[in-house]
Amino acid sequence: MRGTGQIRTAAALLAALACLAIAAPWLAPEDPGRQDLGATLAPPSHAHPLGQDTLGRDLLARVLHGGRVSLVVGLATVTSSLLLGTAIGALAGWSGGWPDELVMRLVDVLLAFPGLLLAIALTAVLGASLRNVLLALCLIGWTGYARLARGEVLRLRGREFVEAARALGASDRRILWRHLLPSLTAPLLVQATFGMAGAIVAEASLSFLGLGAQPPTASWGTMLNDGRAFLLVAPHLTIVPGVAIMVTVLALNFLGEGLRDRLDVRPPTDLWR
Amino acid sequence: MTRLALRRTFLALPTIVAAATLVFLLVHVVPGDPVDVMLGESAASVDREALRHALALDRPLAAQYARFLAGLATGDLGRSLVSDRPVARLVAERLPATLELAFGALAVALAIALPLGVAAAARPGTWLDRGAVGFSLLGAAMPSFWLGPLLIIAFAIELRILPVSGRGGPAHLLLPACTLGLGMAAILTRMTRASLLECIGEDYVRTARAKGLSRVTVLARHALANALAPVVTILGLQFGALLAGTVITETIFAWPGVGRLTVEAIQARDYPVLQGCILAIAAGFVIASTLADIVNAALDPRTRPPSRRP
Repeated sequence: MRGTGQIRTAAALLAALACLAIAAPWLAPEDPGRQDLGATLAPPSHAHPLGQDTLGRDLLARVLHGGRVSLVVGLATVTSSLLLGTAIGALAGWSGGWPDELVMRLVDVLLAFPGLLLAIALTAVLGASLRNVLLALCLIGWTGYARLARGEVLRLRGREFVEAARALGASDRRILWRHLLPSLTAPLLVQATFGMAGAIVAEASLSFLGLGAQPPTASWGTMLNDGRAFLLVAPHLTIVPGVAIMVTVLALNFLGEGLRDRLDVRPPTDLWR
Repeated sequence: MTRLALRRTFLALPTIVAAATLVFLLVHVVPGDPVDVMLGESAASVDREALRHALALDRPLAAQYARFLAGLATGDLGRSLVSDRPVARLVAERLPATLELAFGALAVALAIALPLGVAAAARPGTWLDRGAVGFSLLGAAMPSFWLGPLLIIAFAIELRILPVSGRGGPAHLLLPACTLGLGMAAILTRMTRASLLECIGEDYVRTARAKGLSRVTVLARHALANALAPVVTILGLQFGALLAGTVITETIFAWPGVGRLTVEAIQARDYPVLQGCILAIAAGFVIASTLADIVNAALDPRTRPPSRRP
């Protein structure tokens, strides 16, 4: 079957990354906030396999804990925007008329902005914090799922099986929940996988700009920002978190493509680029 | 054709107004007081009132909105809280640098994506094709805020052949343009390849081959012309994303454009400037997708709305 091997490889890689993030407190050689000002910017050594940062903190500990931030923000963003967007989109598509018109115009306006720009603007106004990053990413992220769910509901609502269910006396709610929602899972799952990669990059971008995670929290984006001033003397500060982001995003994109081929879904819109 | 271009341009206006409204709402309705954010919660109430008055925040929301729209129509975006200079002028001064960077990135993306995508589609399944697919996967997964520093390490620090940062001649443009353009190159490579592969399977390609045209002619004259339409659509959408990406790229390379101005405005809590920068980038996004639609209609008559006269 097409895509199965790809799905397995990507899923295994993601499971490994998730385990590393979950077990970070036990796996990390020391506390990610522990400073050692006598060994600032030290290159990789036996005691610190990935080296130390500007305050002598262990880079391995920080990259492991940073993974927790990335995965939690990614998962939380995707889950909440998926639930919100699907509910709004499915209801809009089902009811039609002015509610549908209203929702779709709102989606159009939000999509008239590049997603990252809107997230930058929102976090700049709301104040820099991970909570606000999450809020901003959800406020933008639901649009993609809403558009998808609405389209699918519109496509399916005239079908015979819906008519049959109605003829049997099923209520609107039952038709939506039991008959239409199951057909939405495949495209939504694919979109959510790519959406998680997008959310992780968006969080790292915002943290890189100083709008996301605040010190001393270790996040891949803030680590890259910290490393920017020391490219000449300590390139490992930049290389380590970057590799972590790339591997995660690559695994998610790979999984998304595998699922898309396997479930035969049209490519989703990419909100964050 | 002209009618379509006019129609599309006319349709872009409400989108820009809606985007402007959203930016306005962002600053004025979002929970939390911008005055608090700007001055800190411990500021003296006299100072807070003075700033509130300077920003016209003491007037009703509808009046503020009317004033904002009227200003927008005449190109007045308010004054900077820091330098007291007109926001429109501040943005205009930075615009050439951002456009230089964005078009540089576009050139890099096209220079990589078109040859690579075409070559991959012409020889599917070969190492070249696999390499192109691998490149588009990697390129899409590589965030610019990592690629930029890596390029600086490689070309500016180790090899010492390009400047680290700043704006100057073509040498200064190369690294930032590559940083900003690579993600787009990855997407376009994949799009060109997929679109061309689809066209190669069409009947008219077989017909053209059957009447004795060479592979190259069929590919270049028949298949590519048809394959480019979806590429142009993506190009329009991605160009807007490119403009948003300048915020990060310009920060990495200390490039004096609108993106850098955005970050400076955020750091200085200069809300009118922030508002102006976001509006400028959003307007660029709308203009780019409008242009893509018009070019698309010129390339592919099927996407034009049916004309009224037969």
